[in-house]
Amino acid sequence: MQITSPAFKQSARIALKDASLQKALGNLKAGFPVKRAQAVARLPEFDALRDEARDLKNHILENLDIYLEQFESKVLQQGGHVHWCRSSDDACKTILDICQQVDAKTVTKGKSMVSEEINLNDYLEKNGVTPVETDLGEYILQLRGDHPSHIIAPAIHLNLEDVSEAFHQHHHRPKSSDPAVLMQEAREVLREQFVAADVGITGANFLVAETGSTLIVTNEGNGDLTQTLPKTHIVVTSIEKVVPTLEDMTLFLRLLARSATGQEFTVYNTLSSGPKRSDDQDGPENFHVVLVDNGRSDMLGGELQEMLRCIRCSACMNHCPVYGAVGGHSYGWVYPGPMGSVLTPQMIGIDKAALLPNASTFCGKCESVCPVRIPLPKLMRHWREKEFERHLSPKAVRYGIGGWAFFAKRPRLYRLLSQGSNLALRLLGGKKGLIHRLPLGAGWTDGRDMPAPSGKTFMQQWQAKQQVQQKQQQSPQEQQS
Amino acid sequence: MPNAERSPQVALFVTCLVDMFRPEIGFASISLLQQAGCSVEVPERQTCCGQPAFNSGDRASTQDIARQTIEAFDGYEYVVGPSGSCIGMLHHYPELFEATDPWHARAQDLKARAFEITSFLVDVLQFRGIQSEFDGSISYHDSCAGLRELGIKTQPRALLSQVAGLQLSEMDESETCCGFGGTFCVKYPDISNRMVENKTANTAASGAGTLVGGDLGCLLNMAGKLKRQGHEIQTRHVVEILAGQNDLAAIGESEVRRPATAAASPYDLAKQL
Amino acid sequence: MSRAEIMNNIRRGLGRGEASPEQRAAALARIEARADNLIPQRAQLPRPEQVALFKTMALDAAAELIELDSIEQAPAAIADWLAAQQISELVCASDPALQALDWSALGTINRIERVAQAGDMASLTGSFAGIAETGTLMLHSGSSSPTTLNFLPDNHLVILHESHIVGVYEEAWKRLRSATAGQIPRTVNLITGPSRSADIEQKLQMGAHGPRTLVILLIKE
Repeated sequence: MQITSPAFKQSARIALKDASLQKALGNLKAGFPVKRAQAVARLPEFDALRDEARDLKNHILENLDIYLEQFESKVLQQGGHVHWCRSSDDACKTILDICQQVDAKTVTKGKSMVSEEINLNDYLEKNGVTPVETDLGEYILQLRGDHPSHIIAPAIHLNLEDVSEAFHQHHHRPKSSDPAVLMQEAREVLREQFVAADVGITGANFLVAETGSTLIVTNEGNGDLTQTLPKTHIVVTSIEKVVPTLEDMTLFLRLLARSATGQEFTVYNTLSSGPKRSDDQDGPENFHVVLVDNGRSDMLGGELQEMLRCIRCSACMNHCPVYGAVGGHSYGWVYPGPMGSVLTPQMIGIDKAALLPNASTFCGKCESVCPVRIPLPKLMRHWREKEFERHLSPKAVRYGIGGWAFFAKRPRLYRLLSQGSNLALRLLGGKKGLIHRLPLGAGWTDGRDMPAPSGKTFMQQWQAKQQVQQKQQQSPQEQQS
Repeated sequence: MPNAERSPQVALFVTCLVDMFRPEIGFASISLLQQAGCSVEVPERQTCCGQPAFNSGDRASTQDIARQTIEAFDGYEYVVGPSGSCIGMLHHYPELFEATDPWHARAQDLKARAFEITSFLVDVLQFRGIQSEFDGSISYHDSCAGLRELGIKTQPRALLSQVAGLQLSEMDESETCCGFGGTFCVKYPDISNRMVENKTANTAASGAGTLVGGDLGCLLNMAGKLKRQGHEIQTRHVVEILAGQNDLAAIGESEVRRPATAAASPYDLAKQL
Repeated sequence: MSRAEIMNNIRRGLGRGEASPEQRAAALARIEARADNLIPQRAQLPRPEQVALFKTMALDAAAELIELDSIEQAPAAIADWLAAQQISELVCASDPALQALDWSALGTINRIERVAQAGDMASLTGSFAGIAETGTLMLHSGSSSPTTLNFLPDNHLVILHESHIVGVYEEAWKRLRSATAGQIPRTVNLITGPSRSADIEQKLQMGAHGPRTLVILLIKE
């Protein structure tokens, strides 16, 4: 996938003018946040669960190597394989190897953001293996040569008409604009793929150390068909997803669906533990877990460690006014919204992704809904500091902030600066007290007026009043006369 | 609770936007604090809370400004300001310094004394003596930093409910950011513009004649948009109304005029957009 | 080797080498303890109320519910349901409890025991537990319960005994551990209502890839 994060501003500008996208984004705003709020209201313990989830994730991260080893040994005991991959390339090669070992021509795929992160589909295709996305949203995107714009609702940027057109072109059936009919079409087309696939690739929401299980959470059932029908099941996942026990996984599951879609529970929560057993009638004969690091272990021990608590629920982007205005593609890589603005600089480099952590008003809505209480604004600020330290910030910002800070540290000079600016702005405001065009401030006045100061600065007026008072106190006789 | 024997000693944190754009908010704050029995001083060495540097990643400058601000407010029983954002910034000061740094303890001390004004009046002083009148309906925008960093939601409403004649007409999404965000609004003008458009649409749909909030940055942004869009809706800081400054022109206006009091129905207003 | 590199990097990030024996023992003890975390009050109820909650939540999740006094009534109820849907074949799990029933009520409806195939219209399986908290069924793979039956057919009929209803997930995990001697089955499915998707314009449609209908036959005895 091509990285377009450096063009965030241009992408955002185009997105804001894209009527079709704006209509689609309206569906998001009216859906997930409302349903989440209702689900939270139904569960009085929700905030207490968030506290426990935060603490448990912190505990897991402090013991990550131990829990991963336990998970691995359980998978091996059950006849599965575990592959450790440092980078995207390692992971893609490993997965291709497994596919080639079983002579796979087509692989079905459940929705997996890690597979997007490592750009797996492109790699498989280039090497003669055809990946078939089976999640309805991902399937629509694959037909269109498109990418997810949201981590749980990948096709949120599309409207019915887009889906209708894509299906008409690829399924060679009469065009329909009934979502139910379209879904039925996808069901029929993909059913053949599920049965024919040589390998099924899914992600994992959690890895359970106690049992060596991987868990996937889906509403469609596509993930289950993907992992049950082919002879080989590959789980591509990342190292921070391990949890100690089923009880611990349960804590996160109580938060995940409610935070994501506002459901009480996702329709299918499925644990897979190794390949089929000798007396099982169905299930995969080979079971591989591909554990991807891809920069995650570098986040341990620093300020970004807290980001590794993320359970990929999407609540932060569902509630983010910036995401809601520009959509996920503007962010220019795999993970959009607030969580993406923290993760993307880590994974593609702050030099390419600096605009993302800056694209926030720090309104704090994301943190207020995060099920594992990640301080997302603080972590975005961390990236701004890295950007500033490395002199990557735009010159206007560096000099602007530097110059202003020079005055802010010196109260007397600061007074003079404010008095001067105050006067200049009042002159610009004229009789109406409103500035329509501000020199050097087009960013403000292109879209709105700027109210001019209502009078001299507070400090000027306050000091004048104090002087009058002092005079009155010093010469009470004068005051009487 | 403050000592009942003597009046609470309050240092007013004016904040740079109030100093520059709307000194009346500072004087209204002083008046309210005095009504509540406080003695108020305005420390001369105060400048800005440092938020522009903090949010631009310039930690060194932020630390310098924090030290300067901590010193400016040394020794005052309380530090009170008409802004959740700037007071929220004072609450961030401890994270700027290592726990072993003596400045960390001083920052903690300042944080414990620093309050946004409506929160100070309601939560600390339990003040219920608002005397003002306001003839009209208002809608209240919950500015983000106050709401989420300081928990300010009910306090301004509790005070506004004591204003004679005032009707509160809540807007949809009163807790959604207006798009100001300090330097955000000039760094990402297109996105900021969309966010403030959403806000003025929700304000208009509420049918209120006056938009009220507790942070001047947001108010300048929203007033500027309302003006550009040609709305009649006026914009004011909450302390202006609580202090009864009815003879003051609204933000972005030069003459005193009566606010439109829900002259058009919310539906009509929404349609005009 | 990647594994060593990743492990070393994790340990470096955590500011330590290999975990101390004490730390390792504490983490392993945490696994062994399988302790509960905070459990919401909602499903911590007297038994009859748990059953009532299960029904409410299952219906909320769009499952169909058929209540029966005894398992012997199941074949007739299933026959009625299939007839109403004009389905002429039922693919069954080779579950001894199902095999033991008198299936003559099915009449012309063909009952076969096998794994599921594409095109199957209806399947019948047992279930390991019902979880009241969210109206969730727990099923697991085994010699007489192939997993494909839970996903591939258009309609999934599931028998659940009221006595197998528990309040919360944690109780179900504990029952599962003791029933399977600590060896977790290859597949454990938690199923809450029928398949669905809102991927087209965020409008919920039922029956995406899994069963369009989930029928729970709730047995009182």
